[in-house]
Amino acid sequence: MTDSDYKIIVGLEIHVQLATRTKMFCGCELAFAEDPNSRVCPTCLGLPGALPVMNAQAVEFAILTATALNCKIAEFTKWDRKSYYYPDLPKNYQISQYDLPIGSNGFIEIPLSDGQTKKIRILRVHLEEDAGKNVHTSGNFSQVDLNRAGTPLLEIVTEPDMNSAEEVRALAIELQRIVRFLGVSQADMQKGHMRFEPNVNLHIERGGSTSKTPITEVKNLNSFKALEKSVAFEAVRQFDEFLDTGICLQSGNKKTFGWDDVKEVTVLQREKEEAHDYRYFPDPDLVPVVVNEEWLERIKTKLCELPLKMQSRFISEYGLSDYDAGVLTTDKEMAKYFDDTVKTGADAKRVCNLITQTGIKIANEKGCGVAQLGIEPTRLAALAKITDDGKISATAAVTVFEKMLESKDSPDKIAQQLDLLQRSDEGELEKIVDEVITANAQAVEDVKSGGKKSKKAHGFLMGQVMQKSKGKANPQIVAKILGSKLGS
Amino acid sequence: MAQNKIDIEQVKQVAKLARLDLTEAEISQFTTQLGAILEYVEKLNQLDTSKVEPLAHCLPINNCLRADEVKESLGTDKTVTNAPQTDGRFFLVPRILEESGGF
Amino acid sequence: MSQEILNLTCKQLRDSIAKGDVKSSDAVSAVFERIEKYDTRIGAFLSTFKTEALTQAGKVDEKIAKGQSVGALAGVPIAVKDNMCTTFGPTSCASKILENFHSPYNATVIEKLLAADAVIIGKTNLDEFAMGSSTENSGLKKTVNPWDKDRVPGGSSGGSAAAVAAQMCFAAMGSDTGGSIRQPASFCGVAGLKPTYGRVSRYGLVAYGSSLDQIGPLTKNIEDCALMLNVIAGHDEKDSTSVDETTAFLCDFLSGANKEVKDLKIAVVPQLFEGADEQVIQSIKDAIEVYKKLGAQIIEIQMPHFEYAIAAYYLIATAEASSNLARYDGVHYGHRTKNAGDYIEVYTKSRAEAFGTEVKRRIMLGTYALSSGYYDAYYLKALKVRNLIRGDFTAAFEKTDCIIMPTSPTTAFKIGEKTADPLQMYLADVYTIAANLAGIPAISIPCGFDKNNLPIGLQIIAPAFGEKKLLQIARMFESQTDFHKKNPQL
Ligand SMILES: [Mg+2]
Ligand SMILES: [Zn+2]
Repeated sequence: MTDSDYKIIVGLEIHVQLATRTKMFCGCELAFAEDPNSRVCPTCLGLPGALPVMNAQAVEFAILTATALNCKIAEFTKWDRKSYYYPDLPKNYQISQYDLPIGSNGFIEIPLSDGQTKKIRILRVHLEEDAGKNVHTSGNFSQVDLNRAGTPLLEIVTEPDMNSAEEVRALAIELQRIVRFLGVSQADMQKGHMRFEPNVNLHIERGGSTSKTPITEVKNLNSFKALEKSVAFEAVRQFDEFLDTGICLQSGNKKTFGWDDVKEVTVLQREKEEAHDYRYFPDPDLVPVVVNEEWLERIKTKLCELPLKMQSRFISEYGLSDYDAGVLTTDKEMAKYFDDTVKTGADAKRVCNLITQTGIKIANEKGCGVAQLGIEPTRLAALAKITDDGKISATAAVTVFEKMLESKDSPDKIAQQLDLLQRSDEGELEKIVDEVITANAQAVEDVKSGGKKSKKAHGFLMGQVMQKSKGKANPQIVAKILGSKLGS
Repeated sequence: MAQNKIDIEQVKQVAKLARLDLTEAEISQFTTQLGAILEYVEKLNQLDTSKVEPLAHCLPINNCLRADEVKESLGTDKTVTNAPQTDGRFFLVPRILEESGGF
Repeated sequence: MSQEILNLTCKQLRDSIAKGDVKSSDAVSAVFERIEKYDTRIGAFLSTFKTEALTQAGKVDEKIAKGQSVGALAGVPIAVKDNMCTTFGPTSCASKILENFHSPYNATVIEKLLAADAVIIGKTNLDEFAMGSSTENSGLKKTVNPWDKDRVPGGSSGGSAAAVAAQMCFAAMGSDTGGSIRQPASFCGVAGLKPTYGRVSRYGLVAYGSSLDQIGPLTKNIEDCALMLNVIAGHDEKDSTSVDETTAFLCDFLSGANKEVKDLKIAVVPQLFEGADEQVIQSIKDAIEVYKKLGAQIIEIQMPHFEYAIAAYYLIATAEASSNLARYDGVHYGHRTKNAGDYIEVYTKSRAEAFGTEVKRRIMLGTYALSSGYYDAYYLKALKVRNLIRGDFTAAFEKTDCIIMPTSPTTAFKIGEKTADPLQMYLADVYTIAANLAGIPAISIPCGFDKNNLPIGLQIIAPAFGEKKLLQIARMFESQTDFHKKNPQL
């Protein structure tokens, strides 16, 4: 189709599980993969007579996140009941916030692939309780597990400001980094801590006029991949459907889809937007939340430099690549660890390599963060420095790094103990080079000939020298000597 | 008599929302009775409430917050003990085919 | 001996037990003798706990024998309405949907009674989920009025009122959403107090209309009301809507200090005398004379929005009820249909089979009032009128200490007399509902008998958290009269 072109319009609804110890309205511990129905009490089971009491931490996390997302914080909010019947919803209503969300009219800045950023407007941020889980495993029955019922969720709704699957993905990742930086959510995708529902439609330009396709909502996506792919898939599907049917957006023709992770296609769930009648009304069991200036200020002290800002600082101040800066800012502790190390005067790129290439691998094996490995920024800086100075090789630096986990000695001393210090004594190295030249006439010939084999032969000779020095020769000095001897 | 405030179809729709499988007799009885009650509550419209705030709650309090501290849960046995149908671990319902209406 | 015990008030019994003059186990035996003899006819109780009660009484007696200190209700046999959760016995709300439900937790009020060393002897009948004014809507049992077995005991706390009147317990707990403590107290000739909303924890009270529900006592006299309130009142961290207001004043009430209110002003609302029975009006007028003799100043006030209370109430209460009762769906507890084809039918059939007609009617009305397109016209409108009604009270209490009026326009009516027309039944709540909408305390006390020897109740309404003065005013009347001392012939 060359005579028509389309623009994708996407808004996102995101549910983020908050990292509180207990549920939204009761003291049940939040726990993953416990025995079914083991973390349930009268309140989250919806027993007759049981009442909700709000979790202060959840409210503060919500306010903190809404603030970080540049929202206006409501001075007065309340709780509403949203009614619908489903077996994983024990009271058959969800306690949520309807007309007075805790935050509204904000924005989030997301990084684009060209290095620019884009502002996506946030319509609202509100708190609510999660439902349990229906498991459809076998036979004629579904099993209901209420361990998750009552978990605090932050629902974040964006304006339809995203125009590609990549932008949608970027927003999701950015939001994940933000909530992790703020410490309000572990945002672990595997554990379902973030769930996405994109609303997608197309604006199709044809013959000078714009047609809008019906909006579709894709429910309950829990990976970045599924999110990105489903949006891309919907765009193509809607375009094809439009060419087939010509049906345009009207009120009431919104459809709901699911995502088939295996076939990677969206699957129709509800043809027409069912006449949901949630019968929202203020929950009489809860009192309003009034956010005064003093409370807000106290919460705001927990704000920190946000990841995107930190990432650009690492690029502009430390000269890191966008990629490296991105990796370092996936995690707040790591980013801070890096920053602290560099601030002691170490080379940023060297520290970045030590952290991203060695540190992350070891930390993953140990199941902790890089910053928790027990190597203080000053010691990591010292390691970076001796590597930079050519006292040890990059390979040896890995060995020293590992040893530093157990030893409190300085990297210098550890390198000495492990006999890893490089030889930089030119006289001594020249001797070895001479021996190698004598023993490898053919390679020397190849280098001197300057032909196709020259580079490979040079590398071979370097390798021989390194081997003879048991890896301790400073490669820069060896290269210099070799060069002057062979005129290469 | 003025037209009934609610008709049979509306009563059926409300029964569906309320998840009540009413008999035809109940539907017709409720249509009459709810009609009479709605007729009666019409008297509220004698009052001009355009400048009145709704009062959902008489309490002079707000921000009743709880510290994020773990309290003991019931445990699986006590949780499912009143369940009409259970395998001892889960609540059981006839297999659900469609997706949830919420969130 | 046992009749002598039965004639004691809670306060007298507790003090006698604490002194060792009476044994709690004798008091418990006495009430069970009575229950076994009369309750097959009265039908006040849905469940009783004789063995457990005797054990508990024995423990209290033992404590006293050992000289240990005991609580404010030590050894006193108390009944509780069966919409309060107890880990012992069923908690049915007189509904087939919860007929076999056993709560894994105790309501806060139950915990407080137990902490005061009360002996809970049984759970009383009510209109299903407290929805009704006659206890005829119980899904499980009929209760009759001890004064006339062809008449209703009132409702919804009909079982509690009948049990106190028939001396089958020394006091009972009720709940009041639109008059459900005061009206049965009036019909059965006992005292019934609805405290200020937020005064008593609702945790474990099975919700009907959550913004209106409040637990309170039904007792033989005012002093016992104060004693019971003192035990159950106070902030509860499990109920966000319970208020941290001091209850210490009740202690000096009990100690006999400040018996009288100086310069007492009592307001009457002339418009409200119109719809009531002649004999009821006469008793209220007589009560006014009693207060006049005590030196009170009687003033007349207008309550321009009072007549809208019933309409507002039946929209708000049913809206909340439609949501509160959504949880009874046959999935997690309670009755499940045997005829469900799919999980939706588990809902629709379980609910249709086990809810009674009045409950269904109120769920329907409330669902409609909240549904899309009708919310503003019904639910929201009712909330605004609620504000106007509260405004009437606020204005009134600037001029008066309390307002008095009948509790009910009639005395106890005949069983079956009003069941055919639900609206007529609702209209009988005319005097009690406004206090619930405004969240303020109100009490009903015996103030006379009609020509059929049926008790008449005087209602006194006070400002929010004004229970102390309310009880003082009530006791001033009680001290001049002996209506509260009369017992029905069973
Ligand atoms: Mg939601
Ligand atoms: Zn819980």
